[in-house]
Amino acid sequence: MRDQPFALNDPQRAAALSSAMHRLVPRDRAVKIVHICGTHEATITEHGLRKLLPDQVHVLEGPGCPVCVTPTSDIDAALQLLDAGVTVCTFGDMLGVPGSGRTLAQARAAGADVRTVLSAADAARIARSVPQQVAFFAVGFETTAPMTAAVLVDDPPSNLSLLVSHKLIPPAMAALLEMPDTAIDGYLAPGHVSTIIGLQPYRQLPGGGAVPIVVGGFEPLDVLYALTLLLRQIATGVSSVENGYPRAVDAEGNPAAQRLIERVFSPCDAQWRGIGSIPGSGLALREPWEDRDARTRFRIEGRAGDDLIPGCRCADMLTARAVPSDCPLFATKCTPSTPVGPCMVGSEGACRIWFRYGGRPIL
Amino acid sequence: MTPGGRCVEATHGAGGELAAQFLAEHILTRFPRTKTGSIGLDALDDGATLTLPAEGELVVTTDSHVVKPVFFPGGDIGRLAAAGTINDLAVMGARPLALTLSLVLEEGFPLSDLATILDSFAAALAEAGTSVICGDTKVMGRGEIDGIAINTAGVGIACPPISDVGFSPGDSILVTGTIGDHGMALLLAREEFHLRSDLRSDVAPIWSLIARALEVGGIHAMKDPTRGGLAAALNEMARKSQRTIDLEENAIPFRQDVLGLSAMIGIAPTDVANEGKAILAVAPNKAAVVLEALRAHPLGRDAAVIGTVTESHPGRVILNTTVGGRRFMEMPLGDPVPRIC
Repeated sequence: MRDQPFALNDPQRAAALSSAMHRLVPRDRAVKIVHICGTHEATITEHGLRKLLPDQVHVLEGPGCPVCVTPTSDIDAALQLLDAGVTVCTFGDMLGVPGSGRTLAQARAAGADVRTVLSAADAARIARSVPQQVAFFAVGFETTAPMTAAVLVDDPPSNLSLLVSHKLIPPAMAALLEMPDTAIDGYLAPGHVSTIIGLQPYRQLPGGGAVPIVVGGFEPLDVLYALTLLLRQIATGVSSVENGYPRAVDAEGNPAAQRLIERVFSPCDAQWRGIGSIPGSGLALREPWEDRDARTRFRIEGRAGDDLIPGCRCADMLTARAVPSDCPLFATKCTPSTPVGPCMVGSEGACRIWFRYGGRPIL
Repeated sequence: MTPGGRCVEATHGAGGELAAQFLAEHILTRFPRTKTGSIGLDALDDGATLTLPAEGELVVTTDSHVVKPVFFPGGDIGRLAAAGTINDLAVMGARPLALTLSLVLEEGFPLSDLATILDSFAAALAEAGTSVICGDTKVMGRGEIDGIAINTAGVGIACPPISDVGFSPGDSILVTGTIGDHGMALLLAREEFHLRSDLRSDVAPIWSLIARALEVGGIHAMKDPTRGGLAAALNEMARKSQRTIDLEENAIPFRQDVLGLSAMIGIAPTDVANEGKAILAVAPNKAAVVLEALRAHPLGRDAAVIGTVTESHPGRVILNTTVGGRRFMEMPLGDPVPRIC
């Protein structure tokens, strides 16, 4: 017999999970859970879920906003492409993120050809319809990388190149665990990324088994359920990788998407804004597609930009060492219309999300 | 645009014989009711007159309307312009006495479309029992304006006027029906999302509905949640009054298709426009009867009590979420962009 269907914001089930968490939580200490996905933060904040958590449980967004972790040097590279007369296509969120000097939006206002797209396929369509060179600024985690790869294996127009800034989540999770002062008690792992990579990469994290890891979905009950599983692991003291989102995530992930990533890209070290270089956390184009690399095609010199903005605590936000209200600029000098740091620009940035829902997570 | 069909020409807005013919043939014929005083639209004088009722305060409002697309599921710019102005008067507690109608048309705008729009405008006026008493027509060159813009002014009589801040702690907050229909219908009509649905705009003049509530009494404040939606309107009410509006998410009426579209595109139905709805703050002892009166009217069938006025967080709107959480409901930030995670 199947259960009766229920809404994924059902208040009775939410209350039951809330009381389970209150039973399981350690009495004598705070518990810090980190998720790595702006959509998790959006669910938690939009539905006011922190009210249902025990007081000593703190849930923070780590480096889960792909726009926010894109380093200044990559945005500067996109600006150099524009200066060279190349049309740059990217996601709308990228337009407001500051490079060393300008944003892409400011470059566009000054006459550069920046196009907002929803996918790499849109960029390929644009490239087919125009004579000039077109570069797709490819941002995002394991969820968007296969879509970029799919365009490359599908005979894209010769005037299309890529500025690859894709990033991988498990190496970032490992890096955060090794950093001082992060004190992470458990990871709420991203459901979308997990539909692609499955559970195995979490099991293979260096120091694997160091902390509980539970994959969670994005409806209110998904998040509460995953948090309850995390608190149960913390209570029993046995860490493992659990799937709290089985209706979407298969343990094997999506092998076709994995093969596509593997075919087009090889792992490389990558720069994360606010964190620095993380080994094996980026994707580089493999040899058959090297001529598609916009940096090579247009001889863009990599130059390290200054990722940190004085007074802005985005770096602490992206390493799960602060929440938006810890930053003195939050909602004062830094707002969505006058953003100082990237976490206020990206719609998955913690600051942007907290600001949208009033700036205070617990009422 | 109908190929070969007749279109607006530059001379139609230039005064003189051709303009007079255009007015007589294409505009005046659309409006059977033309006056509320001794001199009305049919007199084609320099102005029109109003006969004032013995009691009440005059309420004046004005609005300019542009909408893309001009024809959308559930209405068009004509109905939108009439309803917008009538509803602004209605939520001031004012019975509409008369409207003005200024048309700014692009050269080449199809006359058949203009006829449809003016008929919609006239039909909405008739639903509210009011008339257009004077107007103006200008024609701009091709490319100087996008098809059509309509400006209306409205005059109404209120005894007494109802502001959007005159509410007190303990008052109930009501909405007259489902939230987000107009904004979501327009998002669909713009075809940016390549989706199809039966969703229609709620655009309607709601004076007859509001009149029922006013007859019951106990209405302390009203506002129509147009641009920026329910979230913007409630925040304005809370900020101006320095009260707290405490809402129950599961009490807010939404159409299922509005919720579905909202979840799909990541735009909250509380952040988009309504064009046939009002928010009412009602004395606690009158809330049930006002609700009953609203629900007895065809435009108020889905009316609901959605919250109460408190003093816990002055100037803020709080949402108690269906799942059992609690957060602020903020003013919409502006145009949202799709997520990429």
